[in-house]
Amino acid sequence: MSSIALFMMISTVSVVTIVTGYFFWKVLKTPPREEPDSFSENDEEKR
Amino acid sequence: MAQQKEAWGSRIGLILAMAGNAVGLGNFLRFPVQAIQNGGGAFIIPYIVCFLLMGIPLLWVEWASGRFGGIRGHHSTPFILDSMDKRKFWKYIGVFGIFTNLAVAAYYCYLESWTLSWAWHTVTRTFAGQSQDQVAGFFGDYVGLNSAEPIIFWIICLLLNTWILSKGLSGGVEKVAKIGMPLLIVFGIFLAVMAVSLKAGEHGAINGGEVGLNFLWTPDFSTIWNPKVWLAAAGQIFFTLSVGMGSIQCYASYVRKKDDIALNAMSAGWMNEFVEVVLGAAIIIPISVGYLGVDRVIEMTKSGGLGLGFKTLPFLFEQWGTVLAIICGVFWFGLLFFAGITSSLAMGTPWMGFMTDEFGWSRQKGAWSFGAIVLILGLPTVLFFNQGVFDEYDYWAGTVSLVVFALAEIILFAWVFGMKRGMNEINAGGDIKVPNYFGFIIKWVTPILLLGVFLGALITPVGNDWLGAFQNGWHLDNGSIIKQITNSGLKEQIAAAQTAGDQTLADTLMEKKLYINGSRLLLLAVFGGVAYLVFIAYRKRIKEGRFV
Repeated sequence: MSSIALFMMISTVSVVTIVTGYFFWKVLKTPPREEPDSFSENDEEKR
Repeated sequence: MAQQKEAWGSRIGLILAMAGNAVGLGNFLRFPVQAIQNGGGAFIIPYIVCFLLMGIPLLWVEWASGRFGGIRGHHSTPFILDSMDKRKFWKYIGVFGIFTNLAVAAYYCYLESWTLSWAWHTVTRTFAGQSQDQVAGFFGDYVGLNSAEPIIFWIICLLLNTWILSKGLSGGVEKVAKIGMPLLIVFGIFLAVMAVSLKAGEHGAINGGEVGLNFLWTPDFSTIWNPKVWLAAAGQIFFTLSVGMGSIQCYASYVRKKDDIALNAMSAGWMNEFVEVVLGAAIIIPISVGYLGVDRVIEMTKSGGLGLGFKTLPFLFEQWGTVLAIICGVFWFGLLFFAGITSSLAMGTPWMGFMTDEFGWSRQKGAWSFGAIVLILGLPTVLFFNQGVFDEYDYWAGTVSLVVFALAEIILFAWVFGMKRGMNEINAGGDIKVPNYFGFIIKWVTPILLLGVFLGALITPVGNDWLGAFQNGWHLDNGSIIKQITNSGLKEQIAAAQTAGDQTLADTLMEKKLYINGSRLLLLAVFGGVAYLVFIAYRKRIKEGRFV
């Protein structure tokens, strides 16, 4: 593989993977809101 | 009224369903082909720029519009748009958000059923020992309806979609997304590793996986200022995110005002980019180049990625031995199936939301009526695939309508609803703060880009040669919207066949023209039908005194 192709691929794949991972991680670590929220799965435990 | 209250089960479920809505067959079949046709690695520059300036803003606009309408009890675009301005015509613009989903689902479910069928044929070893031409011939026989099998798989696929939809958002759509999206990513990673680790000389490969990656990622920077490349990048971003359809607004309409949409939209949007750029680029091209070489792949991708995915890959998997052929075939078509079904389910929800809100239909009634409409509307695409009906639906409903609707909704959001209110809506309940400069981007840059995409499709110059058109005069390509409306290309082909004395071909083409015009009338009738339902719903709201 040429250096420029390798550079394009690695830089693009890295940036996209890191940003995707960052936002998903941020979603996972954000605590749920107080009830009533938009989601039904946590309704029972809150009651 | 027998309404069941719809809700998302969890935040992760909502994000996976939104990501699943965006991830489709195009992530694996269209993106890599677009990249190699538009500057290789250099394509990623306009692609990322368009994602940041058009894709992300549109995602925020659609999430915010959806939640805004949902809070007011609207779960489909006619009355979501209507709630954003006092002028009455917006609800008829919102018809696009139901029409597009019905029309796209009509042909998309057929495409989705192919993946089921090909997975089945992989397991039952239909492709074992077949030559490449035989595998390609299988595709021709299949869409030519040489047996009842395509219809059986299509019906199974429709029933599956309808049944899942009848289980509701958290009980159906979300469960499929929670299973389908992780599996899709696992299958994709496995296939990408197989493709990249391909070695020349092993299992009949003539090139290693790195040759295909080199071909795909080597940038041709001379293309970077070509408007064609920017239009292709903008088009790819547009279609990969499923914006301009009305399904994002519908999903987001079940989110409360105090809950986040800004971060959710980013998470779902970037997840789609991961699947497209990281996985989509690493499967089909490296494997195809590994066995067929660069020149052959360039030739084969001129007509898109569908041929590589269904006619070529099953043959290439067979070169890896029985066990790997079965595993890779099932993973490949399984991945495409999950990509397809998570999108087609999203297409059912705007219709269901509309009928539930306006006519008090139950979820089951909404789901089964959606299935019935898709069955009736999809039948011509199945029966007359070779007459161009499938492509006609894809062009008008799956391409042109999306751009028109997205342009209208961003004008409504940025210029009518107002950017100050708009930014407040996007940021309300947000777990991230959207930077203020996105207000400027949403108001100016995104609409201009969208207008560019629309005009680019409306007046495409001959051969998509924009630089040549600016320098040597404008002659429309037969693929432009204006020439498509007049069937210009087909008329030229008919005239050429008649001049050559080939009356049989001329008759076949004239028959094709008839089917194409018929399918356009059918699509117009569907649009008119939905608009009429919106009119009835509007009258009903006034009569019941529940108009906003």
